[in-house]
Amino acid sequence: MRDGSAIVVLNFQVNGRKRRLKTYVWRTLLEILREDLHLTGTKHGCETGECGACTVILNGKNVYSCLVLAPQLAGTKITTIEGMPAKHPLIEAFVGSAAIQCGYCTPGMIMAAKSYLDETDAGKQTKAREIKHALSGNLCRCASYSKIASAVQAACRRKQKNR
Amino acid sequence: MNFMSKKSFRYINSSAPKIDALAKARGNAKYTDDLEFDRMLYGKLLRSTLAHGRIKKIDVSKARALRGVRAILTGTDLPIRYGILPVSQDELALALGKVRYIGEPVAAVAATSEETAFEALKLIRVEYEPIDPVLSIKDALKSVQSVHDEGNLHKAVSLEFGQTQSTGADYSREDLFYYEGNTHLALEEHSAVALWQKGRLTLHSSSQTPFLLRKILAKALEIPETSVRVKVAAVGGGFGGKLDPFAHEICAAKIAMITGRPVKFTLTREEVFYCHRGRHPAVMWIKTDWKKDGRLLDMHFKAALDGGAYGSFGVVCVYYQGALQPVTYKIPHYRFESARYFTNKPPCGPKRGHGTPQPRFALEVHLDKVAEELGQDPVALRLKNLMTPDSVTVNQLKVTSCGLNACIEKVAEVSGFRRKHGRLPPGKGVGFALGSYLCGAAVPIYWNDEPHTTVRITAGRKSGLTVYCGATDIGQGCDMVVASVVAEILGISIHRLRLVMADTDTTPPDLGSYSSRVTLMAGNAAKDAAEKFKSQVLAIAGKKETSFERTLQSALRKKNRIESSGSYKPPAKLGRFKGSGVGPSPAYSFSACVAEVTCDVETGEVGVSKITFAHDIGRAINRLAVEGQIEGGIAMALGEAFFEEQVYDERGLHRKPSILDYKIPTMEDMPELEIFLVETGDPAGPFGAKEVGQGPLLPVIPAIANAIYDAVGVRIDETPFTPEKILLALERKAMARAPRVGPDKFPDIVFPEPFAVRPVSAVQASC
Ligand code: FES
Ligand code: FES
Repeated sequence: MRDGSAIVVLNFQVNGRKRRLKTYVWRTLLEILREDLHLTGTKHGCETGECGACTVILNGKNVYSCLVLAPQLAGTKITTIEGMPAKHPLIEAFVGSAAIQCGYCTPGMIMAAKSYLDETDAGKQTKAREIKHALSGNLCRCASYSKIASAVQAACRRKQKNR
Repeated sequence: MNFMSKKSFRYINSSAPKIDALAKARGNAKYTDDLEFDRMLYGKLLRSTLAHGRIKKIDVSKARALRGVRAILTGTDLPIRYGILPVSQDELALALGKVRYIGEPVAAVAATSEETAFEALKLIRVEYEPIDPVLSIKDALKSVQSVHDEGNLHKAVSLEFGQTQSTGADYSREDLFYYEGNTHLALEEHSAVALWQKGRLTLHSSSQTPFLLRKILAKALEIPETSVRVKVAAVGGGFGGKLDPFAHEICAAKIAMITGRPVKFTLTREEVFYCHRGRHPAVMWIKTDWKKDGRLLDMHFKAALDGGAYGSFGVVCVYYQGALQPVTYKIPHYRFESARYFTNKPPCGPKRGHGTPQPRFALEVHLDKVAEELGQDPVALRLKNLMTPDSVTVNQLKVTSCGLNACIEKVAEVSGFRRKHGRLPPGKGVGFALGSYLCGAAVPIYWNDEPHTTVRITAGRKSGLTVYCGATDIGQGCDMVVASVVAEILGISIHRLRLVMADTDTTPPDLGSYSSRVTLMAGNAAKDAAEKFKSQVLAIAGKKETSFERTLQSALRKKNRIESSGSYKPPAKLGRFKGSGVGPSPAYSFSACVAEVTCDVETGEVGVSKITFAHDIGRAINRLAVEGQIEGGIAMALGEAFFEEQVYDERGLHRKPSILDYKIPTMEDMPELEIFLVETGDPAGPFGAKEVGQGPLLPVIPAIANAIYDAVGVRIDETPFTPEKILLALERKAMARAPRVGPDKFPDIVFPEPFAVRPVSAVQASC
């Protein structure tokens, strides 16, 4: 049995809300989100850092939540799909561009795209190649890939217009 | 024809966003593993570590004693055999007496936490007596060991069609091919949650076939079908991998019955590789006879399938090896032999294209070779032998609309195929291939006379407008198809509709999401239901108001509940011979593909720079959704062409049961795509619509193989086309040996005497 005494007390933020949690050190952010906080919008396709379905944003960077262990969470700020406003340009673009088939990769894909969008400064011309690279760690087996890429491009354009 | 008249539609043929898209984009859609219930137990399966062996003893005492463990099952708890096909009732949820593949479930545990369930698995002791494993068709043919008592041959068929064997051929050619096994890898891992309440079972499962699953649960659990409810939440992709009933579903149900508590089983990615039911590895042999002007006279096709440990859909797959070749080309005389063998590996089954991608690869590459030897352009050769609309094929399938010609012209022209083929600089090449697929099997898996699907529409003063349909959305978009059809006919917004789908208690039966049947069948039933609903509303209201909405309100003032139901049953098949149930469909889809590649002769690496694709969709219910399915099919084909393989070591252990090792295409692997929809309008389809879920995968793989040949002059006659194989073929070419990698022998199979099927009479064919 895993060492039951290895427990951490965590203070961190999820989607702007302060959370205090007592949990085992070996639990992953994915498990904490889905099982303890009941935020099931974050999905899983491997639990070993290979598919990207569990992507969330941790301190501004996209991470595979299945690879983040509880002790790493102390003092962090997490954004999950539940923290995205309904009218976020990415959400609207994904819906409008038919970038969603089964939708299982979608929350992770949108979080990875958000991280890319946030990092790209607004004046910059986005290149299709860059978008493909930024999202290549997120698998979509329905392979709506070109539609996902155009959704991200559309959201980028909107961001530039709104600058 | 009037069903294709250019009337303007609001939803049909539009690019409206899918009805479930927003919920999915926001993370609100609930998939099975997202479901939680009070006092829920977590289940895990202990899987065999041996490919073939007798179970001498299972000791669960230590596991049972572990705190938090609530139930443990072994094979004796679930002794009833089942299987998806009535002819293959050979599976057990948990192995009894014998294990037949590494990864086969042997015991099930449920505990108060997932952790404890995992710990308990480690405490179970299983003693096996190893048996020599049967790991290939070769083993299956020569081994003294039998995977099943009945021997290693699962099914062999031999059929002959057409008037007489050809005489006067100017040219003939034979070829051998191998297609590697591969798996679905839907991103969502299988999950099931069972609840036992007041003597009734509810199973929430990521299944493609809730109604068949209900039947099989009832059998395996020995309870009446009326005591079982199967409900499907959102499904994160299926591709055929969630069609069979699975051990975790049956075990979840059984443990819920024993403990009275909700039980959830969610598989790990590794376990999904062991569940498999994916593409059969196939060795194929093809021989054709020709006139020198390029007229096809005769085709003889043989396939040997490595089926894995259980039947699954295998028998159907045996027939599909030969069913659709005559749907693409006119073949005057056709002979086809196919066999499936049991081996000690995870069972193969239905994967996107179900038994037709293998023969399609063989056939289209073979035709490329024939064209070269006859000195003909590969497009021209195909045009000479092409299927035409309103035909009956040599194997007695009725083809209605056929847009192959238009598909070919489109891709040939746009890609510049004729200009480029054979004329590009060394290392660059173009390849061409065709495909066809069915729009739903005309014959149900369990024979009965009922409609294949029914849709019900109800409206009440307070309850709004609800559509009930048993079809299962696995990401292919059938919710949107049904909603679009109903909204179109009624002339209202799709957002006015409440959809209740895939729930055996509340929705009328539907056979499931397989054989590309849903758009055509559920679409037709939805159309029928909506038309009836509309005329009822009109009749009750007495007169038409300014909008349907108003007419409905006025009707509801007179009658507080209005209900209609529509259904669909495919036309009867023409063939009357054994095996004629596989292949018939109300309509067939067609596709044409041109692949452009660059091949590096130093490294053997191939890059696909562009795919030009045309698909005869009949009519797109939703254009963007159709394009998405085509792109998805092409991507999956790229994976099968270049890297996907479900392969095993000499003990029968899966070599790559993880996404890290089993590669699938990423966004960066996608070539430029140019996709065209050819809209022929099929009389059998709702608004003329045909399938798109499976067909588009088919021609891509041979088109790439043909492009590689055009680029570097080597034939890779087996999938996947790895750099190693290309380098080996190039080396052979340099040494003036046959510039080819592929099988050199068809297994020594003695097929039964062919059953000669007489042609259908003209009278029968025209009715
Ligand atoms: S679940 Fe985290 S990467 Fe797959
Ligand atoms: S939409 Fe199904 S995996 Fe991406």
